[in-house]
Amino acid sequence: MGILQKFKQMFSTVPMLGWFLGIFTAVLIEYFWGYDYISYYLGLPKIPVLFGALIMLKEPVMIPGALAYDLVVYVIPVLAVAKLSCFITNPGAALLEKLPLWLSAVIHLVCFYGILHLWAGINDYRVLVVKLTLVSIILTVSINVINGYQGEFSCSHPGFMALGAYVSSILTLILFTNDKIFGTALLPPALGPYLFPLVLVAGGAAAAIGSLAVAIPSFRTRGDYLAIISLAFMFIVKSAVENLNFIGGARGMGGQPDLAPLPVIFIWTLLCIWVIHNFVTSILGKALNTVRDDEAAAESMTVKTRKTKMTAFMFGAFWAGIAGGLFAHVLTYINPGMFSINRLAEILAMVYFGGLNSIVGSIVGAVSINVLGEALRPLELFKWIIIPLILIFVMIFRPYGLISFTEINTKKLLQAKHKRQQGVSP
Amino acid sequence: MTALLHVKNMTHFFGGLRAVHNYNLTIKPRQIFGLIGPNGAGKTTVFNLITGVYTPSEGEILLENQNIKGLETNEIAARGLGRTFQNLALWRHMNVVDHIRMAHYAQLDYGLFGAFFNTRACRDQENQVRENSHRLMQLFDIEKYADDLVTSLPYGAQRRVEMARAMATNPKVLFLDEPTAGMTPDELVKMIRIIRQVHQDFNVAIFLIEHRMKFVMELCEQIQTLVFGEVIAQGPPEEIQNNPQVIEAYLGKEDMT
Ligand SMILES: Nc1ncnc2c1ncn2[C@@H]1O[C@H](COP(=O)(O)OP(=O)(O)OP(=O)(O)O)[C@@H](O)[C@H]1O
Ligand SMILES: [Mg+2]
Repeated sequence: MGILQKFKQMFSTVPMLGWFLGIFTAVLIEYFWGYDYISYYLGLPKIPVLFGALIMLKEPVMIPGALAYDLVVYVIPVLAVAKLSCFITNPGAALLEKLPLWLSAVIHLVCFYGILHLWAGINDYRVLVVKLTLVSIILTVSINVINGYQGEFSCSHPGFMALGAYVSSILTLILFTNDKIFGTALLPPALGPYLFPLVLVAGGAAAAIGSLAVAIPSFRTRGDYLAIISLAFMFIVKSAVENLNFIGGARGMGGQPDLAPLPVIFIWTLLCIWVIHNFVTSILGKALNTVRDDEAAAESMTVKTRKTKMTAFMFGAFWAGIAGGLFAHVLTYINPGMFSINRLAEILAMVYFGGLNSIVGSIVGAVSINVLGEALRPLELFKWIIIPLILIFVMIFRPYGLISFTEINTKKLLQAKHKRQQGVSP
Repeated sequence: MTALLHVKNMTHFFGGLRAVHNYNLTIKPRQIFGLIGPNGAGKTTVFNLITGVYTPSEGEILLENQNIKGLETNEIAARGLGRTFQNLALWRHMNVVDHIRMAHYAQLDYGLFGAFFNTRACRDQENQVRENSHRLMQLFDIEKYADDLVTSLPYGAQRRVEMARAMATNPKVLFLDEPTAGMTPDELVKMIRIIRQVHQDFNVAIFLIEHRMKFVMELCEQIQTLVFGEVIAQGPPEEIQNNPQVIEAYLGKEDMT
């Protein structure tokens, strides 16, 4: 504990910009020397994709090499540069503080994206992992609206995702591709990237409308039918798709145009986080918490509880639909099996692990479960023992998840971290 | 008509139990009106019926001459009936300032679009709500708890949060269900001061259920006594204090101080 505390204190003067600079340095080192020099001399066959986890699990002899790689490429440069650059990053952060908060946030995000892009670009597999992680963030943040902020237990997210995935895939296949089922493209494929947002929104809208099938029967009466009805919904969507042959049935449907490169997904993820953050911090969104904690009191305090529950549920479903659309265009192939109980387990694990009633929590949950899932892939079946075990531990020590009931404080996150002097009057 | 709130011949059954029978009430603007009666007399039920938690089996309820019977609870609250609960009904995962903010719900009109995209209208209205919430928290002496979870507050402060929250709905009539129940003498003194202050600062009538006689007699202009769901006496404090029926049914059993 003592060491950890000291460590924390030592790096408490590093602003966000400093961390970015540190990570950027690490990525540059990997980019230029990672393969030619560092992996080579450490005896690794190639650049470790996810911090060497895959290599370590597959070939235990490589463990020292992979650890050394992480140390040389990531840990040391990040910490050293972050700490040593304080003298420029702090004034830099202070300068950005003078700008409007949104502008400062945009600048930080652009930097962040640049680093992420460079890091992911080193390896195709990394790009895929990052894309799927971003999609998972959308799923997790949006299910948190229902299961966290509203305190329900909804299981239909994979179903909403499927609606979004299929509707948007059908649209892009009809509009932008020549394929066997839907014939020649109706529009020039060059228009694809520009119209893709509309296609996604159509998928989201389909999910939102579909969600009424769950919301109307469950919210009309008081009582806990939502869990059952939503679970049923998920299975109904799955078997309905399986039986619709014109969209491929159980075999699935492929050939979607690749309209979801990393920047597109990144922007949609940010949009999702921003909109949901705005919503849940506004009074209209906080109404969800009042419904969860005491519905009768909420009614007596003028909150339209039924409307609140319905809109929030549709809102969550909408974003699940968007996530589904992106997912379909990342993989360029979907089948009904992808939107079933496994997906549900994954989504629930991410949201309950990360933390209820918190967007930061959801982001942390989505990233950790995704990265962990990928890193443990070589263990195959054991992965499904380790992840639940971790989940159980979190539930024991933090019943609401790792980071619950915490909202993003952009200002605090981005501010300069000077050593505050005491007793100085303005 | 000078009546602000008017209840005519209200009767309500819970299954076979007649909880309230032929109940009449007239509250004038800015009046402080007391409702007393033994345990189980139906006082809280009267509150629940008027505020729309239950819809009365029979009778009429008029607020400023408009019917409010049968409307949804939130609608009735928005029309101007604010209330507190006998057994606190706070939101346990929320902090104090959010409680007060939330009660402004019906006063907002920026809509979902505004909330999603944090529009100018949304920001302006939310800022106004924040300011108003801080004023209310000052008045109710809970400002120092603004960012604390309600569950971490002392009991008396929780009661004051409930009242501040009810006031944030901008009510025409404030319903207080045993506002001093379980309070320490210190908290009690504070509560009396606050109720007086609220009555002075806001254009609001107060309808309160209370068991502490001294408190009721001191504050109220009119008092109703309810026994087995029926009003057995109504009048100014002195009259009620000396009414033999009331003494027999209720007051006699208790120390009058
Ligand atoms: N929802 C309900 N369903 C059935 N019976 C109820 C319900 N609410 C109250 N009652 C009954 O109605 C009667 C009046 O209850 P009420 O809570 O209004 O009394 P009260 O005067 O507020 O008493 P106290 O002083 O204890 O608060 C009681 O017999 C109670 O059991
Ligand atoms: Mg009562």
